Parts: sequence; structure tokens; C-alpha cells
Amino acid sequence: MSGLSSAWSVTEPSSRQKWIAGILVIGYALITMMPLLWVFLTGFKTPPDSISYPPKVIFEPSVEGYVNLFTTRTRVTPSQLDALPPPANFAEEIVRQRDMVIAGPSKFGERFMNSVIIGFGSTFLSIVLGTMAAYAFSRFRIPFTDDLMFFILSTRMMPPIAVAIPIFLMYRQLGLSDTHLGMILLYTAVNISLAVWLLKGFIDEIPREYEEAALIDGYTRFQAFYKVVLPQAATGIASTAIFCLIFAWNEYAFAVLLTSGNAQTAPPFIPTIIGVGGLDWPAVAAGATIFLLPVMIFTILLRKHLLRGITFGAVRK
Amino acid sequence: MSEIIIKNVRKEFDDFVAVQSSSFTIEDGEFFMLLGPSGCGKTTTLRMIAGLELPTSGEILIDGQDVSRLPASQRDIAFVFQMFALYPHMNVRNNISYPLKSQGMRRRDMRAKVAEVSKILGIEDILDKPVGGLSGGDRQRVALGRAIVRDPKAFMMDEPLGALDAEFREHMAEELRSLHDRMNATTVYVTHDQLEAMQMGDKIVVMNHGVIEQFGTPQDIYDRPATTFVAEFIGSPAMNLIRFEGQLAAGDDAVSVGSHRVAVPQSSATAAGKLVLGVRPEHVQLNDASAEGLAARVVATEYLGTTQIVTLESEHGEVKARTAASIDVGVGENLRLGFDVRTLSLFDEADGKVIPSALHDQARDRAGGWAHG
Ligand SMILES: Nc1ncnc2c1ncn2[C@@H]1O[C@H](COP(=O)(O)OP(=O)(O)OP(=O)(O)O)[C@@H](O)[C@H]1O
Ligand SMILES: [Mg+2]
Repeated sequence: MSGLSSAWSVTEPSSRQKWIAGILVIGYALITMMPLLWVFLTGFKTPPDSISYPPKVIFEPSVEGYVNLFTTRTRVTPSQLDALPPPANFAEEIVRQRDMVIAGPSKFGERFMNSVIIGFGSTFLSIVLGTMAAYAFSRFRIPFTDDLMFFILSTRMMPPIAVAIPIFLMYRQLGLSDTHLGMILLYTAVNISLAVWLLKGFIDEIPREYEEAALIDGYTRFQAFYKVVLPQAATGIASTAIFCLIFAWNEYAFAVLLTSGNAQTAPPFIPTIIGVGGLDWPAVAAGATIFLLPVMIFTILLRKHLLRGITFGAVRK
Repeated sequence: MSEIIIKNVRKEFDDFVAVQSSSFTIEDGEFFMLLGPSGCGKTTTLRMIAGLELPTSGEILIDGQDVSRLPASQRDIAFVFQMFALYPHMNVRNNISYPLKSQGMRRRDMRAKVAEVSKILGIEDILDKPVGGLSGGDRQRVALGRAIVRDPKAFMMDEPLGALDAEFREHMAEELRSLHDRMNATTVYVTHDQLEAMQMGDKIVVMNHGVIEQFGTPQDIYDRPATTFVAEFIGSPAMNLIRFEGQLAAGDDAVSVGSHRVAVPQSSATAAGKLVLGVRPEHVQLNDASAEGLAARVVATEYLGTTQIVTLESEHGEVKARTAASIDVGVGENLRLGFDVRTLSLFDEADGKVIPSALHDQARDRAGGWAHG
């Protein structure tokens, strides 16, 4: 920046620099937020509004997309419609305006729960195993540590789809196809390399003296680990958990291949909504919006830790 | 409280020997100093006693029981770390009571004990504060509190004053020493600061490159260094080491340094070849050029208030003398040096070890034995 403005202070940015930085950050945020915002808005449009040209920015909001997302519907003739008793609730009312009646709930709720179970389950398992492995690598003298760490990282190097067929065959053989456990194990296997690497970095940063103090104070090694090391690794654990969850939550390729009825997650399910009764974009957008919520809430809850953690322990407190 | 015996303890890290086979005894209630330059194995020795490091070989006995294979948690030894290692996620009270918690002590008893300890250390008003914002001195006191709260068998302290600024160090040193005197707890204290060791210690072990150079009282170590390393390490300025070729028979009470005879304490051994005469700066006398003694020329003077350090050049190398500041010496002046016979040490240059003499008989009588090597 200009010599004049930085002459006042070497480290503190000038107010003009702050302005420029602020504009850049807000501009960037707007650009990245735009698609999300569009998805969010589309979820509240009626189907005709959602495909109108030019696109509608101002429109009358409707929950039709959400109703369609959670229900399956059948078309009826106007005379049948007239014969029906008055609508029992708002959802029924919206559906009847399109000459349809609600046939039953859709599978979205179930698929969403599958995503929750598999996403959080695999994240939990990755973190538990990853923390213990990272602690061992960080603190004990393990022969061939560097080679082992490289091996762990190398499991991430090939594209997942390259191993999809062998895993598909193996899972069929083992009866893990289309099961929650199967998907949890698979996502844990993929995530654990990331977890070990990230967490080892965080644990390396925690001085050994704290554990040694705990040993001296009469605690066993394991007690020292979970009473002294874990609380201090909380930041690292939180940010690692977010990365693991985001991967497991969004994973599509394996989910398409390995799940169908029982353990299908939301990502392969949401596109199938399009096929049910025309291009129902508001329902897809509603599904995407709900799908985004858990990761968003999880991230917001942990954001205090994330901010420090994302620097990967580069900055000491 | 307890006696700690170190028997032939040795520690290797891969191929590197951090501590050579060492033996010494720390008596019950002693304030014991492990002194030596950086990297000499002080911390390693301390950690072996505490159980944070297992010796490669040898035994460590606490109150007669061999603990060398026992985990740290079962040795009942407190450790004050150099950077204090206070648990950052706990407040002061929980830090102090943490060792009690592991013993399953009842809450009420724990509170009482913490109150008692914090009163001794004068930290009652910060008990509920987080440790993050404490000053160096308060951290130090909390670390001490955590150590003394459970009445351990012994205290290990690894350069506990190292993290404090110079002004505060002296104050804390006094506080530590008086705390020790009140509790009479066996304490092993690591430092690389010879002044600190001399001021605070009952006994000192001087280490170098993993080898114990000398073991004794501060006075012994100052007056009767066992090796040239100790002679140079202790004292400021260090002991003068005057190198010369000569010979000495058992019973001799003088030795020829060049053309000049120097009276020394009666030797009890024979030595010949390259020898070293050790003399403390305060035992060097400056005489007129007309007097007897080693010829030397003044090259510098350093004024220290009541005393001054005079640096002289002789044919046997540089010699420093500490004299009263009132004595007037000018740079370039030619003088003769005299040495106080009672405190002279002679070393064999080849192995650096002292040649035993009457000087050491007194020490042995008083301290009940001294050791080196
Ligand atoms: N875990 C270890 N692995 C390998 N070498 C080590 C280990 N711990 C210590 N050492 C080496 O052993 C030697 C003695 O170390 P130690 O920490 O005991 O020295 P010290 O006397 O305490 O020094 P300082 O005054 O610097 O603290 C050093 O050279 C050190 O590099
Ligand atoms: Mg050390």
C-alpha cells in the first residue's frame, strides 16, 4: 500500500486499507452467497414462478415446494375433486389447486435421517479413532512413523470412484450393501486419513509437560490423555469434525452406487424429485435448503473453535 | 520425607549418552542442586528421578525402595516444570487441587488443603482466576502450590526461576529457600546458574557432558574444585588456571612455576608433566616489581565499586585478580603476583583432575567424603 498511509503504523492497516479490504470481502461473500440465496428463494416460489423468464426476483412466496418435497401426490379429475370433503389442512389446500390430492408422505424425511445417521456416525467414529491414532503418532515412538503417516495420507490420493467397483463387490459379499453400518464404515475409512493428519498437527502443538504434570499428579497415561490433552485439543477436534461431516454429508458417488432403498442418503435422493410430475424445481430447492441446514448449524455452533482451528495451530495462543 | 540414592544411573537416547553412569545420594530434607551448562543432562537426571524417563541402567532408591521401573504416578514425587505447565483449561484452585483429586480426596478436605497451601504462598485472592492471565510470579506460586499440596516424598524443580525476570528471580529464590526451610522437604533443583546454586543449595552436583564432575557443599565446590571444569565453571570471574610444566612429589609443599617457586598446600600424591595451578582471583596478591613472585603486566582494570578486577598478562597466560578498589594500579604497570597458599589447587592437565593435597584433607574431615569422576 502507499508509503504515506503505512507510515503511521507498521502493523495496523490504515482506514483506507480497511475500506478496500472490507469491500473486497463483502463483494466476494455476495458472489459466493448468490447461488445459495437463489436456491433458498426458489424453494419459496411456485413452479411457474421458478421457471418464468425473465427470472422473478420479486414474487409471492409459497410453501408449495416444501409441500411437494414431503408428499407424494396423485392427479384427480375436477369432478372427483368437487366430491371430496373440504381440505383438512393447508398442504391439502395447496395441492388441490393443482388438481391433485396427497397420496402419502414422500421418502425425503427418511433419506434425510439416513444422511444424519451416516454423516454424524461416521464423523464421530473418524474423530474417536483419529484422535487416538494422532495422539499415538504424536507422543509415542512408533517405528516407521513417517512411512505410516504417508501411507495413511496416500489412501486419499486416488479418486474414490477408482475403488468403487471393488468396494461394491466386497460390500455385497459382506452384506454391507445399502446398510447404515456399511456407509458409516466407508466414510470413516475415507475421512480417517484427514482426521489423523489434522489432529496430529494439533496434538503436536500441545506441550508434553501438561501430560507429564498429570502423570506426576498421580494420573494414568489414559487419564492424562482424556483429562488434559482432549480439552486442549478441542479446537482441533471441532474443526476436524466439521471437515469430516462436510465430506460425509455431501458425498454422492458412493451413495449412488452402494445405497438404494434402505440406507440411501439425501444427495442421491434429491435429484429423483425432479422426475415426479414434471420439473418441480421449488421442491428440489426446498430439499437442498433443508439439506444445507445441519452442516450450517453444526458449523455455526463450532465456529468459535473453527476460526482458531482453521489456521491449523499455526498461531499460538 | 525421604532420602534419594542414585546408583550407577545411565541414560542413552539412541546412540547418544545423555547421562553417564552416575551415583550420588540426596539426603533427607536437603536442598540439592544439579548444576551444569546447557545440555549436560541435568533435566534428564531429574526426569529419571521423577519417573518421566526410564534409566537405561542403574537404580534409583527412594527411602530404600527401588523405584527406577515405577511409573511417575506411583512415585509420589512433585515436579515443578520450567515453564510451570499449569493446566490451561482450569482455574488456579483446580490446578492446585488436581493432585488431590487423583487420590480421591473428599471435596471438603480438598478445599481446606488448598486454602492452607494458598495461605502459605499468599495466593488466596487469585484462587478463582483462570491461570491464563497470571503474572510470572503468580504462575510460579501456583506451580509450587500444586507441588506442595499433597506432601510428596520429594520435590523436583527444573530451573523454576528460569522464566522469571532477573529482578524477580532473586525474590522468588529467597521465597523458595524459606519455603524449603519451613517444610524441610527433600528438594532437587536444576539450574545452570552457578550463583543460584551457591546461594540456595545445601549440596551441589556439578555435571558436564553427562558426567558428574563434583559432588559437595557449595563451599567445597568453590574452595576445592575437583576438576578444572568445576574450577572454571564456578565463580565470577572464574578461577585462574595457570598452566606450566613441572613436577611434584607426595609431601612437597612448593612447586616450580617456570623459574619461580610457589608455595602450595602439602601434596599427598606425585605428579609430573603438564600441570595447572588454580587460584581464585581474590587470592591473587599484587606486589611491587621489586618483590618476589610471578612477573605480570596490567592490561586492564574493571571497577566494581568496592572491588576491582585487574587483568594481568604473565608468561603463563592471563591472570585476573580481585582487589580492593582503593588500590591504585595503572594499565601497563609491571607487578609481581603472590598467591594465598591455603587455597591453591593443583590439577593434572591431562585429565583435568585435582592432585590431592592437605587442602582436601580438611574438606574430607568436614563433609565426610567428597567424590568426583
Ligand atoms: N528425548 C530425547 N531424545 C534425544 N535426546 C535427548 C532427549 N532428551 C534430552 N536429550 C539430549 O540429552 C542431552 C541432555 O539433555 P538435558 O535436557 O538433560 O540437558 P540439560 O542439562 O537439562 O540442559 P538445559 O540446561 O539446556 O536444560 C541433550 O544433549 C539433549 O539434546
Ligand atoms: Mg534442562
